[in-house]
Amino acid sequence: MSTEILNGNHTAAYAAFLCDVDVVAAYPITPQTPVVELIAEFVESGRLKARFIRVESEHSAMSVCVGAAFAGARTFTATASQGLALMHEVLHWAAGARLPIVMCNVNRALGSPWSIWADYSDSAAQRDTGWLQVYCKDNQEILDSVIQGYRISEDSRVLLPVMVCYEGFILSHTYMPVHLPPREEILDYAPKKKPSWALNFDAPYTHGNLVLPVHFQHLRRQMHEAMQMARKVIVEAVDEFRKRFGRFHGALVETYQMEDAEHAIVSIGSLGAESFLAVDLLREEGLRVGAVRVRFYRPFPSEELRQLLKEVHSVTVFDRFASYGKGGMLSVEVRDALFELKDPPAVHGYVVGLGGVDVPYTVLADFVRRTVKDYAKVKRREEVIML
Amino acid sequence: MKKVPGIIEIRFHGRGGQGAVTAAQLLAKAAFLEGKWSQAFPFFGAERRGAPVTAYTRISNKPILLRSQVYQPDHVVVLDPSLFAYVNPLSGLNEGGFVIVNTSKDPKDLNIPPNFAVATVDATSIALDLKLLLAGIPIVNTAMLGAIAKATNLVSVDSVEKVILKTWPDKRGEINARAVRLAYESTRIRPAIKS
Repeated sequence: MSTEILNGNHTAAYAAFLCDVDVVAAYPITPQTPVVELIAEFVESGRLKARFIRVESEHSAMSVCVGAAFAGARTFTATASQGLALMHEVLHWAAGARLPIVMCNVNRALGSPWSIWADYSDSAAQRDTGWLQVYCKDNQEILDSVIQGYRISEDSRVLLPVMVCYEGFILSHTYMPVHLPPREEILDYAPKKKPSWALNFDAPYTHGNLVLPVHFQHLRRQMHEAMQMARKVIVEAVDEFRKRFGRFHGALVETYQMEDAEHAIVSIGSLGAESFLAVDLLREEGLRVGAVRVRFYRPFPSEELRQLLKEVHSVTVFDRFASYGKGGMLSVEVRDALFELKDPPAVHGYVVGLGGVDVPYTVLADFVRRTVKDYAKVKRREEVIML
Repeated sequence: MKKVPGIIEIRFHGRGGQGAVTAAQLLAKAAFLEGKWSQAFPFFGAERRGAPVTAYTRISNKPILLRSQVYQPDHVVVLDPSLFAYVNPLSGLNEGGFVIVNTSKDPKDLNIPPNFAVATVDATSIALDLKLLLAGIPIVNTAMLGAIAKATNLVSVDSVEKVILKTWPDKRGEINARAVRLAYESTRIRPAIKS
């Protein structure tokens, strides 16, 4: 097609359009609403031959997606915040039933009190539902992650749903150049399949019926194995994407200036983009800093982080979500990944930007300077920061 | 705060309904048309018709990694001069940067410190003459883009017109493109005086 100046939400809608989804069921919520509005226009104008099913809540939206995916339809939805929380029960059902649904979640803080601005508390709370989670740093990555998402999700070695997360307003309402490849090229990269499990009126059977404990545990183990297998499928999918479309946002992680880094920043989402600018700033000051942006939060890139961080002295982790009574969720997992190293680096975790607080790269650089100053004495730090 | 080298940041001050957010997007599109990287976003609060609104455009020769707010704009655009009484459009403005104001006044009558450049254009009259109204409010954003092109040379007036005609490929596009051209031709400029 072409390159357009699109906001994150319209990019997500174009992604669903270009992947030729069959069924969309969604309920509008700030800051996701423009995704649903544009998809509705695509369907209404006949450009997208899909069923747009209006529902009365997000719980129903995901339930419709589950039904549609059971029927073998390529299924899409989008939500945010309270809406994702309301879906929670059905998210487990979608993953447990091994349904390849792709959903965009426009990250927004959960109430109380009300906030319409970004943090990852909504999607982080769905970490253990069995969905793959990818976090984007720009609008192009939203498009490309939805496309990659269908290929990964529908791969018979995976068959798990994919949640593509991007921050409300920071990406959802920010206009940037986005290249839209032709639909035929996308469908050749991520072809629609006729799934073997598709419900069939002529040969009826049931899904998800009561099973005995031993069978249940067996199915859950398979889910874990599929998530582990997804690591390989993700790498294949992004390599093939790079070959065909010339773009690469990283596989499970994206790195910047890590080759000779003595100190590292680990972050996620749009903080990752700003962290690359912090690296440039700190290198001007003579500090050998590099950055790792966690792209897939599930499956978690433990092995990638071990390899990338085994030589560095310190790691400064920036989270946009907190586990109250513990600290940053990302820093906990980074520390866990590095535990096996013989001489693991100091890990200083900071929770920043809750409820949309602005986090410029200069602030990230300030915290890295603090880490560099005292990492030899302070092996671990865990702080929720007020900016 | 240290600015990222090579990125030009423009802040728009308007009132809800005047089209500040759209102006920021159109400027980003015009810059992209000229082969630059660009970004546009509004500041989201409790928007409603008539309330002060800000929107931003970033333009660069390289991909833009900034996702944070604009604190030190290179230029500011004021769609409604009455806003000077409520907000400070000069806040954080870089020395030598343009203050581009929708007003019938001459730049020298605006009382703007000499370390900033000033451009004025009577966008409201242009909009009224062309009957560019939405729900009774003159739409001044496209005229302001003509003034931006004239004052800053960040984008050419031709690119702005092209983007407008592409966005509204009908009569609306033609009228808005005319507003751009009229504003471009009638913008008055007072350069910054180095202190």
